[in-house]
Amino acid sequence: MKNALTIYRKELRSYFVSPIAYLLLLMFALIFGFFFWNSLGYFVFIGMESQMRGQPMPMNINEQIIRPLLSNISVVGLFFIPMITMRLFAEEKRSGTIELLVTSPVRDIEVILGKWLAACSLYASMLLVTFLNFGFLFKYGNPDWKPLLIGYLGLLLQAGALLAVGTFISTLTKNQIIAGAATFAICLLLWVVGWVGDYETAMWATVLSYMSVVTHFESFAKGVLDTKDAVFYVALIFLGLFFTARSMESLRWRS
Amino acid sequence: MIIVEELTKRYARNTAVDHISFRVEKGQIVGFLGPNGAGKTTTMRMLTCFMPPTSGSASIAGLDVLEHPMKVKKHIGYLPETPPLYPEMATGEYLQFVGRLKGLSGGELKKRVDYVCERCSVADVRHKLIGKLSKGYRQRVGLAQAIIHNPDVLILDEPTAGLDPKQINETRDLIKSLAGDHTILLSTHILPEVEQTCQQVIIINKGKLVATDSVQNLQNRARGAVSVLVEVASRSGPLDFSMVQKQLEQVAGVSRVLYRGSNSGFSSFEVESEKSFSRGDVARSIVNAGWDLNELRPAAISLEEVFLQLTKSEEKPPLEAAELAGVPA
Ligand SMILES: Nc1ncnc2c1ncn2[C@@H]1O[C@H](COP(=O)(O)OP(=O)(O)O)[C@@H](O)[C@H]1O
Ligand SMILES: [Mg+2]
Repeated sequence: MKNALTIYRKELRSYFVSPIAYLLLLMFALIFGFFFWNSLGYFVFIGMESQMRGQPMPMNINEQIIRPLLSNISVVGLFFIPMITMRLFAEEKRSGTIELLVTSPVRDIEVILGKWLAACSLYASMLLVTFLNFGFLFKYGNPDWKPLLIGYLGLLLQAGALLAVGTFISTLTKNQIIAGAATFAICLLLWVVGWVGDYETAMWATVLSYMSVVTHFESFAKGVLDTKDAVFYVALIFLGLFFTARSMESLRWRS
Repeated sequence: MIIVEELTKRYARNTAVDHISFRVEKGQIVGFLGPNGAGKTTTMRMLTCFMPPTSGSASIAGLDVLEHPMKVKKHIGYLPETPPLYPEMATGEYLQFVGRLKGLSGGELKKRVDYVCERCSVADVRHKLIGKLSKGYRQRVGLAQAIIHNPDVLILDEPTAGLDPKQINETRDLIKSLAGDHTILLSTHILPEVEQTCQQVIIINKGKLVATDSVQNLQNRARGAVSVLVEVASRSGPLDFSMVQKQLEQVAGVSRVLYRGSNSGFSSFEVESEKSFSRGDVARSIVNAGWDLNELRPAAISLEEVFLQLTKSEEKPPLEAAELAGVPA
């Protein structure tokens, strides 16, 4: 696994020497901040209004701010995934550096893990920055921190799964723009398939909505660690990385 | 060091490498020569475990490329057709990364990076981004990464392609200087490169092996004979070249003597033999007859002629085409 670490460090470095990592961090922080202060403002507004009516209703920061916020962010994340994974393999194929990786005494799985973990780390650092917002909540309010952590775990698992899918798609082409666009399409698809479950209860609809990466996030947003949902994400991670490995292998037979 | 047997690679539509076999002995520098599309890159990719052969086998340092890919990769330094460089990395950093990939670490890694930087003359751009380097420097960084782990075998795919003449010379000298420590297989479609750099040559065309021999022998073989050029002068008056011819024909092993002309008192002859003869005998016979021997050297024909003969022998260019193109008869 020493080799995976070598690849990991190289990937992480190449994220952070180019503007892409900073751009992603900034954009994510801005969007997150917007959602956060927006729902905070609404929360305060509702609170004041109910007080003025003289019938204070029970206020819960976790339920009214954190939960919808995390749900929104889980969707926003879908738009960032392609930008993180698109160049992982496509660029190595285009520039020919894949020949260096494949002819070095390194196993394919070490290359794949190194790259995927670097992608996960970039996403994790994006999440980390958003934590700053909650500092404010903890200072002035009294939210429960356990559901928050579970929510973040869910975000990370969901991203890990989509990043694995994106990594796979990046092995399929030399063109990182194509890889990015395809990954984006798949991410959207894995989100919207959940919608059919809203109006249809037939078997096929249940299966389709089970495929939705966003549906599985609902329990995490509530702050509940549901094994079924965690297993879904972990399974998707394995599936994505497995297909990446197969694709890397077949790359040799074809090229 | 490299043993290739009946190696074959078929793509969906064509056969890129067709049952080729050859051997490369330890410490040699061997040219892998063929026109574009001959299958050089494909062969090298199979040797470096980049892709598996369709059939046949190859082994490096006694290890089969299919059975022990991990071990084989440790024995090989590979410079692909396009050097595998990361433009966003600095030279030193890149070499360190490759060194780690090849299994080096700690003090040893540092020592090797220092060494290859020095060896390939890239020490002065160690802290420069690879993306900012000139083509010649990039090629040398490519060579540096190939030797970072001190491999037994170096496989270089068209190492001088796309360089200017000065850079080509520098790169050739560097490759020659590496020959002492490594067994080198280098591919090229440029003939003089083989003549200047290599001891052995393997010629392929359209995926098939055409010839494999020493550069020297191959040049002779195309002639079908061994021949030397002799330049003779007379001390007293003009030289009777038919006398010289007769004299030389009597030397053991000589089959034919051709008069090549005279120039400022010197007459040139080409001495041919079916098998071989002693150049000493030729020299002695001239001197004993009372003439001056001005020059005696092997009449090397360029590998280009050999190459053309070998690769064109199967398919003769259609005459009509040449005529249609307006080539004067
Ligand atoms: N990935 C590939 N798929 C199909 N055909 C290929 C592929 N790579 C090379 N070829 C074909 O194989 C032949 C040999 O190519 P190559 O080994 O690159 O030749 P060289 O390096 O001697 O120029 C060519 O006819 C080329 O078109
Ligand atoms: Mg080639």
